[in-house]
Amino acid sequence: MQRIGVFVCHCGSNIAATVDVKKVVELVRYEPGVVFADDYMYMCSEAGQEKIIEAIKENKLTGLVICSCSPRMHEKTFRACAEKAGLNPYMVEIANIREQCSWIHKDREEATEKAVILARAAIAKVNLNTPLQEGESPVIKRALVIGGGIAGIQTALDIADAGYPVDIVEREPSIGGRMSQFDKTFPTLDCASCILTPKMVEVNQHPNITLYTYSEVEGVAGYVGNFEVQIKKKARSVDMAACTGCGECQAKCPLGKMGKIPSEFDRGLKNRPAIYMPFAQAVPAVPVIDRENCTYFKTGKCGVCAKICPSKAINYEQEDEIVTEKYGAIVVATGFDIINLDKYGEYAYNESPDVITSIELERLMNAAGPTGGHLERMSDHKQPKDIVFIQCVGSRCDDEKGKPYCSKVCCMYTAKHAMLIKDHWPDTNVTVFYIDVRTPGKNFDEFYRRAVEQYHVNYIKGQVGKVIPQPDGSLMVQGVDLLDNKQIMKKTDMVVLAAAIEPNKGVRKIATMLTASIDNNDFLTEAHAKLRPVESPTAGIFLSGMAQGPKDIPETVSQAGAAAVKVVGLLAKDKLKTNPCTAKCDPMFCNGCSTCANVCPYGAITYEDQLVRGPGVNETRRVAIVNNALCQGCGACTTACPSGAMDLQGFSNRQITTEVDAICQ
Amino acid sequence: MTKQEIEKNVELIREISGCDPYKCMRCGKCSGSCPSFNEMDIKPHQFASYIINGNVEELVSSKSLWKCLSCFACIERCPRNVEPGKLIDAARQLVERERGGDHLQAEDIPELLNEDVPQQLLVSAYRRYRR
Repeated sequence: MQRIGVFVCHCGSNIAATVDVKKVVELVRYEPGVVFADDYMYMCSEAGQEKIIEAIKENKLTGLVICSCSPRMHEKTFRACAEKAGLNPYMVEIANIREQCSWIHKDREEATEKAVILARAAIAKVNLNTPLQEGESPVIKRALVIGGGIAGIQTALDIADAGYPVDIVEREPSIGGRMSQFDKTFPTLDCASCILTPKMVEVNQHPNITLYTYSEVEGVAGYVGNFEVQIKKKARSVDMAACTGCGECQAKCPLGKMGKIPSEFDRGLKNRPAIYMPFAQAVPAVPVIDRENCTYFKTGKCGVCAKICPSKAINYEQEDEIVTEKYGAIVVATGFDIINLDKYGEYAYNESPDVITSIELERLMNAAGPTGGHLERMSDHKQPKDIVFIQCVGSRCDDEKGKPYCSKVCCMYTAKHAMLIKDHWPDTNVTVFYIDVRTPGKNFDEFYRRAVEQYHVNYIKGQVGKVIPQPDGSLMVQGVDLLDNKQIMKKTDMVVLAAAIEPNKGVRKIATMLTASIDNNDFLTEAHAKLRPVESPTAGIFLSGMAQGPKDIPETVSQAGAAAVKVVGLLAKDKLKTNPCTAKCDPMFCNGCSTCANVCPYGAITYEDQLVRGPGVNETRRVAIVNNALCQGCGACTTACPSGAMDLQGFSNRQITTEVDAICQ
Repeated sequence: MTKQEIEKNVELIREISGCDPYKCMRCGKCSGSCPSFNEMDIKPHQFASYIINGNVEELVSSKSLWKCLSCFACIERCPRNVEPGKLIDAARQLVERERGGDHLQAEDIPELLNEDVPQQLLVSAYRRYRR
């Protein structure tokens, strides 16, 4: 029989306001196995923990039940506390009487009754607990960063500077991501490439960083400290070692002049050749051949690039290559894109070339962009004299109408665009239709006010209902001014849509491979929204940048640094403690049917022939073996096992049914 | 109207329209779309707040009630699915029901249904042109 101590926490008024804590103590005192019961204002505080330690020693306790908040909050705390008093940490059970009781109930009597029931279930479980020992697993001191935008670049640099090797996998031919497409950055208006390019070069030259561009993650196996990742290096058709990046091939590619292939980097506003670098400062400065469009790959004729390449770097025979590498930690920095605008026909985005998205405007204003930085209408190449910005296109919508969240960056970049336009071409009339102007951030509201006060940008509170392309090439904008309660019909030359941002489409596949959870909007979920914001609930997976949620560049860089510190903290360890709550097979009952291996998401189960001896049994047969380092204790095998041979240590079938019995008493 | 009558009517409008006025974020896209905006005294973006605040009496006696063309632009474009066009149509039905003026017999409706025509358009058109 165990000697169990029950400790009921008030959690200030969080629990005590709804649950009669004293009554719980009195009622559980006589449960089987309980030899001690007490309550305290804050059990997790130092004084509270001292109380527990003292009680363990004085009463020779062998098991603890803490009636408090969720085990996600303080299970670790109380286990450590038990360990301090010489108790096995796995002899501690938490009865969650806060999140699952006091916070969700109003009636004091009912809540108290439920708290007692929850405590009773935990006591019943502790009676069956056995001490468990944590194992150890080694840590591979190398990190992987998926995505080479500003988030990935900064994370990789910070990890590399701390002395650990890092690999970056980037899907595109160059690192740089979205930020490399931007013209200027808010709120200081420095040029995006002026601050990004040096970081891209640093990544390329850093002795601790290996770049895999034009590459994708194909498969992930393993667990925290010990991931094995397959990276597909897509065939570049150009020998990276030989290429000098002279650009001759791009200039001479016959498809470049024919203008059939829209440039992804310029959002389709410009065309590119079949052999190309996305932009002049690309890192690495090595072009790729787009095999889907290249004449040589389609017909076997052409071969101009191979003929003119001065360093003989073109290699049409190159094949995709799979690299397998081991990592201790993985950072997901897959970034964002803007939503498809097909649903918003009222804004005529697909009808008129003069209705553009903000990211297209970035390209149009960028000196390295399709127009050399000269703002012009795509229809007639005339400079617009009147521009209308529409905010919240697809953001803040009811579910089927768009994205439910605020995209966070649009208010600021629109103020930036408006100011830059007014600065370059002061006689341009700029109007912004907004629902709310949201500018929380250092120097952000001041920035927006400058657009209004200094540059006289016309901000109108209200939405645009429709954009109607006119026969004369102009655009009619029908909107409303809510503050003046007037409908507005306004002729303009150009409309810019602040399209909602969304996580990069590829993130779903990556999250699945990593078993990292994503939310309804495909943003990666944090382990704790407030206290563990850069970690995924899956151990060893970290989050950086827009992949986790909408954020601007300053925030992304901060988060990248935070993720890097978490990675370094992990890589600095030589060994990791492994969770002892893993599955265990009882060979007496196992018939080697393979059901458990089929359901195991971690590939932790193998089979071997074993001599099984017991009452009436003495034979060699195929039984399941669980690899404790791989097993994450999810319990899928225990429910799948038809013969009841699989059990989860710390959550055995018997413990769980006993808990249920205690609840249903 | 007494407080209870107002509450009953608010509930009725929500029930008939199937819309939740509390979802409105007052972006004004409805008013920016409405072809009858200038004819209306209470503007489409105000419909939701009139219902939320219990000002049903003003709403049902407003010009807007009969100026809405049921063109559905606001319903189509409302980003929050508040659908002001349905709210005002529900307010119209309140008035009609009070007058006992259901011009269509319920049992006649199945005959008139055409899958290509929005049902609401059919009902509101009948109501308007037979007045």
